[in-house]
Amino acid sequence: MVLKMSDFKTDVFADWCPGCGNFGILTALQMALAELGLEPHQIVIVSGIGCSGKVPHNVKAYGVHTLHGRTLPFATGIKIANPELVVIAVGGDGDGLGIGAGHFVNTGRRNLDITYIVHNNGVYGLTKGQASPTLKLGLKTKALPKPNISEAINPIALALVAGYTFVARSYAYDVKHLKETIKQGVQHSGLAFIDALQPCPTYNDINTKDWYAGEDRKDPATGKPRPRLYKLEETGYDPVVHDSAEDFEKKMAAMHKAQEWGERIPIGVFYKNELEPTFLQRIIGRIPFYRSDPPAKQKISDENGFSTADLKEFFDELRTS
Amino acid sequence: MKDINWMAGGPQGAGVDSAANIFGRACGYGGLYVFGKREYHSNIKGLHSYFHLRVSDHAVSANVNDVDLLAAFDAETVVRHISEVVSDGGIVVDKEQVDTKVFNIPTLPTEFKNELSKYMDQKGLGDTLSDFLDSARRSGIHVFQVPYMDLLKQTAAKLGIDKISTVIRMINVLTIGVSFSLLDYDQNLVEKAIRAIFSDKPKIVDMNIVALRQAYNYTKQTFKDEFPHRLAKIGTGEQRIFLSGNQAVAVGKILGGCRVQTYYPITPAANESEYLEAHEILKTKTGEGAIIVVQTEDEIAAINAASGAALTGARAATSTSGPGFSLMVEGLSWAGNDEVPVVITYYQRGAPATGLPTRFGQADLSFVIHAGHGEFPRIVLASGDIKECFYDAAVAFNYAERYQLPVIHLIDKAMANSSQTYPVFDVDQFKIARGNILGENELQGQAYKRFNFTETGISPRVFLGTRNGVHWYTGDEHNEVGHISEEPANRNIMVEKRMKKLEMVDKEIPVEEKINFFGDKNSENLIVSWGSPKGAILEAVNVLTAEGFSLRFMQVRMLHPLPKAHIANALRIAERIIDVENNYLGQLGGIIKEETGISANFHVLKYNGRPVTTTEVYDALRNILRGQALRRQVLTYGS
Repeated sequence: MVLKMSDFKTDVFADWCPGCGNFGILTALQMALAELGLEPHQIVIVSGIGCSGKVPHNVKAYGVHTLHGRTLPFATGIKIANPELVVIAVGGDGDGLGIGAGHFVNTGRRNLDITYIVHNNGVYGLTKGQASPTLKLGLKTKALPKPNISEAINPIALALVAGYTFVARSYAYDVKHLKETIKQGVQHSGLAFIDALQPCPTYNDINTKDWYAGEDRKDPATGKPRPRLYKLEETGYDPVVHDSAEDFEKKMAAMHKAQEWGERIPIGVFYKNELEPTFLQRIIGRIPFYRSDPPAKQKISDENGFSTADLKEFFDELRTS
Repeated sequence: MKDINWMAGGPQGAGVDSAANIFGRACGYGGLYVFGKREYHSNIKGLHSYFHLRVSDHAVSANVNDVDLLAAFDAETVVRHISEVVSDGGIVVDKEQVDTKVFNIPTLPTEFKNELSKYMDQKGLGDTLSDFLDSARRSGIHVFQVPYMDLLKQTAAKLGIDKISTVIRMINVLTIGVSFSLLDYDQNLVEKAIRAIFSDKPKIVDMNIVALRQAYNYTKQTFKDEFPHRLAKIGTGEQRIFLSGNQAVAVGKILGGCRVQTYYPITPAANESEYLEAHEILKTKTGEGAIIVVQTEDEIAAINAASGAALTGARAATSTSGPGFSLMVEGLSWAGNDEVPVVITYYQRGAPATGLPTRFGQADLSFVIHAGHGEFPRIVLASGDIKECFYDAAVAFNYAERYQLPVIHLIDKAMANSSQTYPVFDVDQFKIARGNILGENELQGQAYKRFNFTETGISPRVFLGTRNGVHWYTGDEHNEVGHISEEPANRNIMVEKRMKKLEMVDKEIPVEEKINFFGDKNSENLIVSWGSPKGAILEAVNVLTAEGFSLRFMQVRMLHPLPKAHIANALRIAERIIDVENNYLGQLGGIIKEETGISANFHVLKYNGRPVTTTEVYDALRNILRGQALRRQVLTYGS
């Protein structure tokens, strides 16, 4: 049965502000799931807290709307217990890079086969516009009483050093590009990070849709806006690590690209390395039958209710008589 | 046979732990029962640690104050424990250290030196170790001065080893050899224990056996029959195990079907997870299984990853101690709200803050019962000994899945790091019950609602990934399907649905699983306690009963929801209610008063970071029974 994007919709009202980038991200996600040929029960969407946290309720797939910053630990537990599931984590920039920054970094160490989409809008929307960890130093978005006194985290650079093996950026209003990026992330063997740039029409009056589109800097000759976003894939940039010997070079190139912001902002895949063993592969190295018999699938009791565990070896080790 | 209380002490890292293991096993091989407690500083190398073992021809479940034979690796051990040695007991000490000036021992803390000064003034002691030993001799203690270095050098020579540093670690085996030889115990059993403990290191086995024989021979020749105590093997027809609380929980979890364990390193919980990881591939009746142990970045990740795993249908647990549980509290609230069957094994230690990280306390009861914002159901189950740790670790998963709630299995450092002899546990006493679970076939054609309102408050559960069962979880209040809902009427029903499960626990789980009663059920004297004081209380009750006193002991195991009707019944027929706990406030007494309105008449409390001994519980209870006790007695034994 081939499913359509509409098969991944629920009847839950999406209560984001008009013009919110979340609509684009939601649509791209639903389209990606349909195009990937997945069925709803095979997918788990895990989210954190904030406007982005509501995404799972609008996707017809298993949804786990968790705690602020804890998206990745939940996703990790789900994937480890049942590696058959397609696990997609979504969360805000405050969720992933502020309160959940420790999980962001440490999840990178495991290279678990999940996809993590961070909705990056520079503000905490649901608490009414405070600065998020991705808002640049000195900016004063609408609700801030004073200009932002802290420097921003660079999510792409952080993902690279943390060990994410697929690092990409896309844009909520370029639904097609975002959809393709999500598909690539899900298909990637390993941990994928997608920095989804997302205007917040209510609280971020600086990094707006018009700002990304370059409406503020029209070409004096043509009168046309000069967009800030450009696509890496259109520049001949090759993010793929084809041989582990070139990993350092590729990572450095990605790191270099990660520094671009302001006048020209790259979107697309910065880095992709499928040569690194995934967590699944690492476990299989120790437990050969893990893929076919993961924790969620093991039979733990027999027909009479007795435990299937045979404790003889444990007891033998502890025996004194 | 008279019980033998053996203590080995020395600097951390010198092999006190292996010494105790060898000693305990060797006794076990001789058909003897052992209870042993490990005490250590929060330190890697150098600070004082010791193991206190009690050996008997009958089952023993706690330490007593006495030390019959003290095996001192170093001078500090003598200084710290000399006052615990009984008058016809013995001290094994390094001959070369007897001239040590006690105040020059660098690892003695100031508070201890102050106490020591007072003790020395009282006894009129000089400041060298030999002054202490002379005083011991005067009170009838046998002092066995052994040239550790000479014996080690001889051992090295026999082994053809040049470097003394290679054999220096065998001071522990040396003192075991001397001890067992003094006790005239079968050397073959000790060698068997060494072989078992170092089974994966044949070279170490050989070295240790040479050292052991050296020690046995030296002792036989030098001290002959000087020591009056004897340890003799007895026959046993049954299979027995000797295990710690950490191990019992780990093996219990395997029995209970746990297949995902998350943890962040913390004392005294981490040993359990490491043990599980070392045994990750399991034998099952049908082949093989495996438990996945994940060391997460913190305890916040640990609880939430365990919850995530539980949602997929795997039995999942995390294991921690007080500071770690503090970090887990938000996750606990989520698990309560989302009806997640997750098990948290909680090893209490000395608190608050970092507290006494390697020591003992029972002061987290109020915390675990109340932890988490909002009202949600949970079960708190407290084991009282190592055997209960085993079965409770398994049964916790049944409770969690049957009632779809977080279960906190409350144990403590005293059980985690104590080891005890038991007949091999009967695994057929335990059955797995997973509650109401729907699979894809049962779901066909129906619109599944994860939080379906039911009479019992328990909704049939579907694992993530099941075809036809798509549903949602959210930390927000939600409707039956699992979508966010802030509607007041739905909210009421949902709150009531969740809380209703506590009534079901109250109604359905038999009282035998919630409370243990011991002693005379018609007694007017009722002891109330929970957790690891159980062993010492039982022994004290036995002795007092033999002396003609009448006592009943109520060990509360399910602390939340509290089986208050049963507790109240027991309290009502008692004249004297005696609350025994290892905390300052008498927390269980407080909770019982809150739930039943009945207060304890006497409190026997201890909070110095050390478990209660049979001796001091006996003394405290006897004072009460004779009408000679204050309402509140604070116990202080321990070093």
